[in-house]
Amino acid sequence: MSGSALAALVALLVIAPLLPGVAVKTKSVLTGRRGAPVLQLYYDLWKLVGKRSVYSATTTWIFRAGPVVMLVSVVAAALFLPLDGRAAPAAFDGDLVAFAALLALGRFALVLAGLDTGSSFEGMGASREVTFASFAEPVLFLCFLTLMLATGQLSLSGMLGVPLLAAWPRAAASLGLAGLSLFVLLLVENSRVPVDDPATHLELTMVHEVIVLDHSGPDLAIILYGSAVKLAVFGALVTEVFVPRSGLSAPASFVALLGGLIITAAAVGVVESSMARLRLTRVPQLLAGAGALAFFGLILLMR
Amino acid sequence: MRLVALCALPALAAAMAFATSARRFVRWRIGVLVAVAATHLALVATLWIVPAAPVLGGWLAADALGLIVLTLTSVLFFAATLHAVGYLRRERQRGGRVFVGGLLGFLCATSLVALSQHLALLWVGLEATTFTVAPLIFHRHDRRSLEAVWKYLLISSVGIALALLGLFFLATAQTGVAGRPLVLSDLLAHARDLHPAWLHAAFLFLLVGFGTKMGLAPMHTWKPDTYGEAPSLVSGLMAGALTSCAFLGVARITQVTMAARMGPFVQPVLVGFGLLSLAVAAIFIIGQGDVKRLLAYSSVEHMGLLVLGLGLGGIGAYGTVLHVLNNGLAKAWLFLVVGNVVLATGSSAAAANRGLVRTLPISGALLVLGLFAVTGSPPFGLFLSEFTILRAAFGAGHPWIAVLMLLFLAIIFVGMAVMILEMALGEPEPRAGHAPESWWLLAGPVGLAAAVLLLGVYIPGPLQHALTIAATALGGTAP
Amino acid sequence: MHTAPQLVLLLIMLTNFAVLGTTRLSTCIRAVALQGLLLGVLSLLLARQFTLHAGALALGTVAVKAVALPWFLEWAIREASVRREIEPLVGFNASLLLGALAVALAFAITARLPLPGLREELLVPISLATVIIGFIVVTGRRKALTQVVGYLMLENGIYLFGLTQTDSMPFLLELGVLLDLFVVVFVMGIVIFHINREFDSLDSARLEELTD
Repeated sequence: MSGSALAALVALLVIAPLLPGVAVKTKSVLTGRRGAPVLQLYYDLWKLVGKRSVYSATTTWIFRAGPVVMLVSVVAAALFLPLDGRAAPAAFDGDLVAFAALLALGRFALVLAGLDTGSSFEGMGASREVTFASFAEPVLFLCFLTLMLATGQLSLSGMLGVPLLAAWPRAAASLGLAGLSLFVLLLVENSRVPVDDPATHLELTMVHEVIVLDHSGPDLAIILYGSAVKLAVFGALVTEVFVPRSGLSAPASFVALLGGLIITAAAVGVVESSMARLRLTRVPQLLAGAGALAFFGLILLMR
Repeated sequence: MRLVALCALPALAAAMAFATSARRFVRWRIGVLVAVAATHLALVATLWIVPAAPVLGGWLAADALGLIVLTLTSVLFFAATLHAVGYLRRERQRGGRVFVGGLLGFLCATSLVALSQHLALLWVGLEATTFTVAPLIFHRHDRRSLEAVWKYLLISSVGIALALLGLFFLATAQTGVAGRPLVLSDLLAHARDLHPAWLHAAFLFLLVGFGTKMGLAPMHTWKPDTYGEAPSLVSGLMAGALTSCAFLGVARITQVTMAARMGPFVQPVLVGFGLLSLAVAAIFIIGQGDVKRLLAYSSVEHMGLLVLGLGLGGIGAYGTVLHVLNNGLAKAWLFLVVGNVVLATGSSAAAANRGLVRTLPISGALLVLGLFAVTGSPPFGLFLSEFTILRAAFGAGHPWIAVLMLLFLAIIFVGMAVMILEMALGEPEPRAGHAPESWWLLAGPVGLAAAVLLLGVYIPGPLQHALTIAATALGGTAP
Repeated sequence: MHTAPQLVLLLIMLTNFAVLGTTRLSTCIRAVALQGLLLGVLSLLLARQFTLHAGALALGTVAVKAVALPWFLEWAIREASVRREIEPLVGFNASLLLGALAVALAFAITARLPLPGLREELLVPISLATVIIGFIVVTGRRKALTQVVGYLMLENGIYLFGLTQTDSMPFLLELGVLLDLFVVVFVMGIVIFHINREFDSLDSARLEELTD
């Protein structure tokens, strides 16, 4: 556990709520509006923490535990990422599976909490969310496989750390394709357009928002914060693949991480402003396309 | 010079036919068609007497095999043209501009295929046959012919594209080897130096690609629809001339591979495709309802025989080349006769035609004789060629191939005989009168029938000589 | 990305996946047009010296494959007023999966058919992959127009392979091949026009009257 890695993690946790704001701001500017301030999520979290949670009579302890488990699992997943470009606070061979498992655990907890309310809307959202996730997992592992083959490492710290810089000249095409697939995964896992519109207020069109519809007050704050951290984690993943920072000094590496996250969030905003949401039956197709790209990158490495 | 004229003359005539307006010049266009066909035939005849030297740097030449196919094409085209005169008179369509232009373009393309010594030029000619024949298939402009021409276009184009890939593989096999790429004579001269893996791949793709144009199973699915919906004389030209030209492509690559001593790889593949085509034809001929579709499956059968003979080697190669001639003549004969029937009765369905020997005596008789010819009965020429292939099967030490071949041929004979004899004999419809059979419509089939009969009894000296050379080039022997 | 040819080849592969995965017909046509453009660019990049022949051929390729034929197909779409492909015989997800498998197969075949002395070694597998994917599109789609697009992709893949043999095909024959392609697609377009007039749809599954 190196100091710089922990510091980077803390920094990530602090600036995570900035990213959805950046995405929304970019989208607004591109569509000709001024949009909400970039720090809006911070204000929202502060406002929500000051309120009281209201619990439905049909819910049980699962409903209260869901948000907390989700946040803890996402932060734990972030522990495995080498955010300073060299080594993660926690690392062992095969920790990429743990990474995926923790993210899945968080999603599972949230889905359970949504089902716990007994509302049919949440059930509908839950089934959609889980379907998309089941298509997304193989693609995630295909990308990790490409990284593994390119760097010869079995741990996330190795795949995204020092050996990645050496691997880029050799395997530029494959890594580029893997990064592109990871960006599509980012859109899927964080429920952005074209998979799910975060700005919609029609429950029948929601996927992720409807699961968390019944949470309020500090619970909702935890969920919003957790989603922001998840976006930051995926953004960091994408940034690490495209910008291996092991050759930079600590402050420069930190600035590069920040810059990469903001650029990723802006890219999300660009995508959101230029595409409409896909029909639900087309989302597996999108994931299949991302999977095909990742597979192609893999094949290029294997020849 | 003659070789260039053989390809250029039809092309020029086609351009002239398209340039004229649709409504007028109808008789003039038909006149041009007949004139070009006659000139073409005359020029080809002179090639037998005075051989022509290769032109265009060796790209065009009339070797024995090519000359045989060219002669077949020319004769069939002439017969079809005579029939077309009667057909266009009776049908009185929209002036026949596209029809005549398409026919002339077809003649140009097939002449090019027969005379090419550069395989890419052969490919260009064969691809050209696809789009020159498409408007002919679509002549009736109804739903069924639309469906037929679409399937034909798509399947043929994909097949020919795969053949192009095979050509590129062949060129790859030639890298580092002396000689001009894709020129037949150079390929044959340096065949042993060709890269074996690429040559294997080239052979497979060229066989599948050209086999699609031939109508070999399993790439034959376009045949029944196309031959069934196109005007009969077009089907006859396709079944007689076009398939023979496509077979020429297969024969060329076989020449190369046999010269490269790849017999053990090539021959089983050819035999396999041949037997498959025979089997498919036998299965689908039973229970057919339409005589043109029946003839299409018979064409699949004969394509199978051609490839089978090629794969058996020895005297099988001779039998194959002879069969190209016999099959082409017989198929065109039958299709032209069916054309007469359709013109008289309006339908090619077996159920709609009865007692043809009474209503159309000459055509009916030709139909019955044609049945016997096409199923390989003596004294017609096909008996001789099929028997030679059979002997080759025994000679190659694979009697089971001969047994299968006989079995399939027997099934096909039964299937075809049932339909054609039903059509020819029996009581004609009460309201059907005597339809006059014009001289134009009969000249072609009668002439072709005479030729098939002649070939069954006596093969002229020059032809025998050419057949022997062709058979040797294909890696076989003459009997 | 080591070289410009590699980048172009990868972009060509991406257009293949684009055609496999999209439902909109105009996207298919634009992807194939882009492919044609990339092909012309690649032929120039791979030419050993910049001769007049190479330039003319590249120009001809771009003119036919990237401009003339796609424009003609767009005209056919407008004539037939079709916008989207309906659920095809081979579903979109299955198509993408098959496309990925096609790539693997192409690389496997290339490993067994060595071509020494080739400047750009990705050329063979990507050309074979394009051929296979074109074949998948021709056989797996229902709209006649998409089948023509698949045929164009098949031809593009074969042309790509032909670039490994830049000196084997004389200039005239290359032109002949290009002209053939143009005329064939032109005739296909006319038939499509008639199909639309006759059946009021471009669904080739409606063409089922002729059968045994």
